[in-house]
Amino acid sequence: MQDENWPLWEVFIRSKAGLAHRHAGSIHAADAQMAIDHARDVYTRRSEGVSIWVVRSADLVASDPADSEAFFEPAADKIYRHPTFYEIPDGVENL
Amino acid sequence: MYTQGLDQKAGKGEAQAAESAERLAAFQARVDAEEKIEPKDWMPEAYRRTLVRQISQHAHSEIIGMQPEGNWLTRAPSLKRKAILIAKVQDEAGHGHYLYSAAETLGTSREEMVDDLLTGKAKYSSIFNYPTLSWADIGAIGWLVDGAAIMNQVPLCRCSYGPYARAMVRICKEESFHQRQGFDIMLSLARGTPEQKAMAQDALDRWWWPSLMMFGPSDKDSKHSAQSMAWKIKRFSNDELRQKFVDVTVPQAEFLGLRVPDDDLEYDAASGHYRYGEIDWEEFIQVLKGNGPCNRQRLETRNRAHAEGAWVREAARAYATKQRGRRAA
Repeated sequence: MQDENWPLWEVFIRSKAGLAHRHAGSIHAADAQMAIDHARDVYTRRSEGVSIWVVRSADLVASDPADSEAFFEPAADKIYRHPTFYEIPDGVENL
Repeated sequence: MYTQGLDQKAGKGEAQAAESAERLAAFQARVDAEEKIEPKDWMPEAYRRTLVRQISQHAHSEIIGMQPEGNWLTRAPSLKRKAILIAKVQDEAGHGHYLYSAAETLGTSREEMVDDLLTGKAKYSSIFNYPTLSWADIGAIGWLVDGAAIMNQVPLCRCSYGPYARAMVRICKEESFHQRQGFDIMLSLARGTPEQKAMAQDALDRWWWPSLMMFGPSDKDSKHSAQSMAWKIKRFSNDELRQKFVDVTVPQAEFLGLRVPDDDLEYDAASGHYRYGEIDWEEFIQVLKGNGPCNRQRLETRNRAHAEGAWVREAARAYATKQRGRRAA
């Protein structure tokens, strides 16, 4: 039977309103509702969350760490994208 | 997400070819620079195996650890103590799940790990093969066993493997509650009637030495230590952690007015450490081999719970399948 074992879900929790959901870990569950219920019991026993997202682990697509150097390299030499690149003369304020 | 593509095992020659000296050196350099290793990063097979073994054993210990405590759930002396103990046992289940989840990022499956536990192939901490004979044992477990666990686990929060380190951060926060509630039970008993105090002493007498054994074999006999230290999975040796535990715990016992059951225990002012007596390693070996007081019972109970829960897992699958069918229709 293909679904003999409950599939794996990744769990994301918003710790309070105003903050983004953040990866908390994973959980096994037969369906989405059970994944949310289990995630509540496993990851929020001490009021760590106000909202939970779950997504089937198999549906997540990630960048490849083996390529990460080349993949993220284009940003490395563009230091002019940071405000600290620019020199502001003394006397200029509110910039 | 982390398990994809990791299941296929490379043939032996292939693995060796992939683990060129250059790659191993680059990996070690990352570890030495205190970089965290994440699931999809390249890692030596032995590093992966070591972590799977350690994390899954740790998870099994949390799951089996529910049994000695669960033994007193229905007989806790008050509603407050009962509510607290339920919360603690639930935490142990939670810890098991965080850890299984961390181990799964290394490409092993939950089913494999659970199966290894049920068949007795996998090990778990020797401490949970001792019985909880009185209510005071629940106090002693929280105070000593969880205290020893914290000593072991706080350095693991800085372990080189990211998912394990993150799981340990959560666990350590929660263990602190466990240890304090245990000490609180011991304190109530120690300040109670002479019979209650004797109960606390009896629990300390029985749990002290097994707690010291939790740190594992002494450094000269520890076969995995050096490599684990180099990989920064481990930060301190078994004996260093054991010494720290003794140093912080003996004054707590004195505060309780209880006697640590070790005739050789004495404070060495020069070093600032307590010197303690010889551990009975034969007992430790026997418990690990499966011959402790409760090994068979623990495994039987876990197997029974797993078997009796089979219909629940099956029903949930059937329900999920039916719901999917309805949505598709």
